[in-house]
Amino acid sequence: MYVAVKGGEKAIDAAHSWLAEERRGDTAIPELSVAQIREQMTLAVNRVMAEGSLYDPDLAALAIKQARGDLIEAIFLIRAYRTTLPRFGYTLPIETERMDCIRRISATFKDAPGGQVLGPTFDYTHRLLDFKLAAEGEVPDAPTRDTTPGPVPHITEFLNKEGLIQTEADSDQTPPDLTREPLELPAARALRLQSLTRGDEGFVLGMAYSTQRGYARNHAFVGELRIGTCAVEMEIPELGFAIDIGEVELTECETVNQFKGSKVEPPQFTRGYGLVFGQTERKAISMALVDRALRWKELGEDFEGAPAQDEEFVLYHADNIQATGFLEHIKLPHYVDFQSELELVRKMRAEATTALREAAECA
Amino acid sequence: MDANTDRKAWMSTLAKAPAELLSRLWADFGETPEFEFLRTPEVGGAMVRGRMGGTGAAFNLGEMTVTRCSLQLGSGEVGHAYVQGRDKAKARIAALVDALMQGPQADVVRATILTPLVDHLQTQRALRASKAAATKVEFFTMVRGED
Repeated sequence: MYVAVKGGEKAIDAAHSWLAEERRGDTAIPELSVAQIREQMTLAVNRVMAEGSLYDPDLAALAIKQARGDLIEAIFLIRAYRTTLPRFGYTLPIETERMDCIRRISATFKDAPGGQVLGPTFDYTHRLLDFKLAAEGEVPDAPTRDTTPGPVPHITEFLNKEGLIQTEADSDQTPPDLTREPLELPAARALRLQSLTRGDEGFVLGMAYSTQRGYARNHAFVGELRIGTCAVEMEIPELGFAIDIGEVELTECETVNQFKGSKVEPPQFTRGYGLVFGQTERKAISMALVDRALRWKELGEDFEGAPAQDEEFVLYHADNIQATGFLEHIKLPHYVDFQSELELVRKMRAEATTALREAAECA
Repeated sequence: MDANTDRKAWMSTLAKAPAELLSRLWADFGETPEFEFLRTPEVGGAMVRGRMGGTGAAFNLGEMTVTRCSLQLGSGEVGHAYVQGRDKAKARIAALVDALMQGPQADVVRATILTPLVDHLQTQRALRASKAAATKVEFFTMVRGED
């Protein structure tokens, strides 16, 4: 018999009040402002924007504050918010070759035109805790050098001129949109990339790492990694022409992978591609490796049974909001479900006990 | 260059302008002209697209917040705004500037609002570029002494 149970409102209200108090912490310590989080926890803000799939640093910072720093909870808040926004349109594709780069490195060409620009990186730091940061103090200005801002060419295009790397197919086809239609397999590369760019950083990193360790090995070089801002253009129906509606910071990674050729393609390099909101280079590199692993079919490679080649496995498990929603729901009341399980186990035990006793009596 | 190039440029500047600076410049400009909303400021999202491999076909990358607004001045000019973020006051000012830029006050508006905004955005851009340039690696080859 199913008995509806009500109750717990008072307990829930009290729990949420305590949550608010815990969020604030010790009131003797000054409260964090949203602007402080936006400016000083930038990479957390970037991750929440990338996986929340909504570029708005103020909202991401607010979500981090509300979630007490739990980034997946913050991403959840952003995903929920974005469903309330009317969709004004789709932008023109961002031209990343016109990016104002603050960082641009290549692991394949030392003397790439435009040079190796390190930008504000953790690379080459010693990973020693800096106790000076525990004390308040002024930060000296970063050094500058005279330059003329301007676009920097994509490094892989130099290989493309020689025909040594696969050309990316262009098409005017409208790309599928995960936020409009549910994910269906087999997924086009456009859909895979949308899924990966909003996928969980840890999951995509783990998948990418598995390809490096030999599961669907596709030895990747980072042809280019760039971080910078790009203008976003959109056609405005009222105007009949496109304007910049803003600019976003992006991380782009292009990998160059060995490819021995196939029946239809000569030996050449192939590409993996990562493009992620914000300064998110671990994620962008991971995305490029997983993108490349998932392209085995179109490149005529063998399916080696590796998880990173299996688009159903990768795409259905990359989303941390879907994952956490399903995982965490099992802690919510399942009293009725469990009651039936309990009765079933009791019944089976009774039957087993009876059978055992009868067997003993017969012997 | 067509007739829209100029308008495209100023609307793009307004979209990217910091809200605080725009509102200060607007306050310095003077009185808000008489106007009527055709569309009150509305917050929404735009789906940003990228290109596969940086140069290939489009894919959907993720959304960004945008606020839009349309209005008509008492003198008849219609102004539109699509600006980044969720600032309704900024969208209203941007639409007013767009409308005024089509009327007799265009030169004053350009000098007092748009030029300072363009300068600000260019200064910021140049500063970031010069910091990046300072982190450019200069390689030198070690003398190996083999010959």
